Amino acid sequence: MTLSLGAKKAIDIALFLFLMFMGAVSVFVTFAIVWVLLVDTIRFFTHPDGGGFPTSLIRFLTEKEWTPTFYNKQIGIWPLVNGTFLIAFISMIVAVPLGLLVAVYLSEYASWKVRETVKPWLDFLEAVPTVVYGYFALLFITPILQKFLEPLGITVEGMNALSPGIVIGVMILPYTASMIEDALKGVPQYLREASYALGASKLRTALLVVLPAAKSGVLSAYLLGFSRAIGETMVVAVAAGMYPQLTANPLEPIQTITGYIVQVALGDLPFDSFDYLSIFAAGFVLFLLTLILNSVAVYLKSKAVGY
Amino acid sequence: MEAKIETKEEFRVKLKEFDTQSYAKSVRKRDKIFEVLGLISTFLVLLFLFTICVDLLIDGWVRIKDYSFYTSYPSRFPEEAGALSSWVGTIYVMTGAIFWAVVLGIPAGIYLEEYGGKGKVAKIIEANIANLAAVPSIVYGLLALGVFVYRFKFGESVLTAGLTLGLLMLPVVVVSTREAIRRIPRSIREAAYALGATRWETLFHHILPYSMGGIFTGLIIAASRAIGETAPLVTIGALTFIAFLPPAPWEDFVGMLKSPFTVLPIQMYNWVSRPQEAFHVNAAASGFILLVIALLMNSVAFYLRYKVRRKYQW
Repeated sequence: MTLSLGAKKAIDIALFLFLMFMGAVSVFVTFAIVWVLLVDTIRFFTHPDGGGFPTSLIRFLTEKEWTPTFYNKQIGIWPLVNGTFLIAFISMIVAVPLGLLVAVYLSEYASWKVRETVKPWLDFLEAVPTVVYGYFALLFITPILQKFLEPLGITVEGMNALSPGIVIGVMILPYTASMIEDALKGVPQYLREASYALGASKLRTALLVVLPAAKSGVLSAYLLGFSRAIGETMVVAVAAGMYPQLTANPLEPIQTITGYIVQVALGDLPFDSFDYLSIFAAGFVLFLLTLILNSVAVYLKSKAVGY
Repeated sequence: MEAKIETKEEFRVKLKEFDTQSYAKSVRKRDKIFEVLGLISTFLVLLFLFTICVDLLIDGWVRIKDYSFYTSYPSRFPEEAGALSSWVGTIYVMTGAIFWAVVLGIPAGIYLEEYGGKGKVAKIIEANIANLAAVPSIVYGLLALGVFVYRFKFGESVLTAGLTLGLLMLPVVVVSTREAIRRIPRSIREAAYALGATRWETLFHHILPYSMGGIFTGLIIAASRAIGETAPLVTIGALTFIAFLPPAPWEDFVGMLKSPFTVLPIQMYNWVSRPQEAFHVNAAASGFILLVIALLMNSVAFYLRYKVRRKYQW
C-alpha cells in the first residue's frame, strides 16, 4: 500500500460518515411514511367533501357506512375496521392452535432430520406470493366451502370472509410457528431436565414447563401474526369482496382497509380528490393498528424472562 | 388420579392400588398421540403448499406449455393474452429493487455491526429497522404514491416501483448483513489491526469477503419475497394493460426509468379478478411461474447458506 497515513485516515473517516448516513436513510423512510400519512390524512379531514375539520372527524367515528367514492358520501371507518378484524380473527382461529402444535412438535419432538427437511419448506411457504394465495382462496377454498356447506342449507357467497381468513391463517403460520419455536428454544435445557427428573413425561414437560416459561415470547409471536393478518392485502382484495359492512357473518362479502386501498388505487386518482385522500385516512388507521400491535409484541418480548 | 386424598390411611390404600406400569403406559401413549398430532399438523401445512402448486399447475397447464404465452402482450382475448410485458417488467423492476436494497441496506448493516456498537445513533437506527420490518407492505405503497409519484413527480414508473420494492427489502437485507458479519470472529479483525491495517482495509480485505456469502443469501431471500409483492405496486397505480416494453437501458436509460410498467403478480391479479373463467387459466399460469421463481430463489439461498457454513468454520 502506497497511500500516506493521512490519506488512509481520511478514507477511514469518509467511509464512517458514508456508512452512518446510509444507516440513517432507514430513519428518513420511517419519517417519510409517518409524514405522508399524517399530511394526507389531515387533508382528508379538511376536505370540503367530508364536511370540513371537526365535522369530518365526528362523521369518521360515528357513521355506520363507508362510501367516500359515491355521490352520497358516508365516511364511517367502522365497516372497514370490522372487515379487517373479522378476517384477522378467522385467520387466528387457524393459526393459533396449528402454529402451537407445529412449533411444539418441531422444537420438542421432531428429530434433527425431520426438522431440517421440514424447515426449508416452511420458509418456502413464506415466499409464496400473496396474490397466489388469493387465487387459491377464490378458486379452490371457496368452491370447496360451497360444496360442503350448501347441502347443509348454508349459503356461501362467491366472495366471503371465511375463505381468505383460512388462507391467511395458513399463510402466517410458518412465521408464527418459527417465532414460537425460537421462544421455546430459548428455554434452557435444565428446566426440561429438572422436569424429567421429577418423572414428568415429554408432553407434560412441553405443556406445563417449557410453554409457560416461554409464554411472553409465544404471545408476542401471536400478536405479530395478528398484525400481519391485519396488513395482508392481496388475498382479501381477490377473495373477500368489495362490500364494506358491519357484519360478523363470515359467509358474506366484506371489505378490509387494505382491500379498500387496492380497490380505489386501481382507478384514476387525482392528487386533490377525496378518493385519493380517503385511502390515506384508511391507511393511517391501518398503520396505527399495526403499530400498536407491534409495539405490544416488542414490549412482551423484552419482558421475556431471561434465564 | 386427581381425586382428593384426605387422610394418611386413604393415601396408603391409593398407593397400594396404584399401578405404575399401566400409568407409565398411558403417559407414553398420550405422549405418542401428541407427537402424531404435531406430525399431522406439520404435514397438513406442507400438504396445503403442495395443493397450491398442483392446483396452479393443473389449472394453468394449457398456457404454461404454450410458447406464445411468454411472447405475447396482454389482450382482451384470453387465448391470445400473454405475459411478455409483465415478465420483462418484473426483470426491470427487480433489478432496480435489488440495486436500492444493496446500496442502502448493506452499508446500513455494516454500520450497525462494525461501527455502531452500543452508541445512541445505532440504537435508534436498530429500533427503527425493526419497526420498518413490521409495517404492512401496502403502507409502503401509500408512501410511494404520496411521495415518489405525486410529490417527487416520478410518475407510475419503473423507477418508482424499483425504489418502493427496494425499501421493502431493506430491513431483511440489513438484518442478514449484520448476521453475516457477526459470524466473523473478533480475532480476524484484531489480526488485521495488529498488522497495521486501517478499519476500511480490514473491512474491504477481510470482513466483506468472508461475509459475502451470507449477505448474498439474505439478498436472495429478500428478493424472492419482493418479486411476488403486488399490493404496493397496485397502490402506486401500476397499469395492467401494457402492450409495449420499456426501452432497453443501453438505448434510453432515463426513458426506461420513466416508462410505465406491469409485473407478473399485477398481471395475475388483473386476470384473476376478471369474471371470465378463461382468464383464470392465464392467472394460474402466471401464478405457477411466480411459484417456480420463488422456489428456485429459495433453493439457491438454501444451498448458499449450506456452503457458507461449510467454507468458514471459525
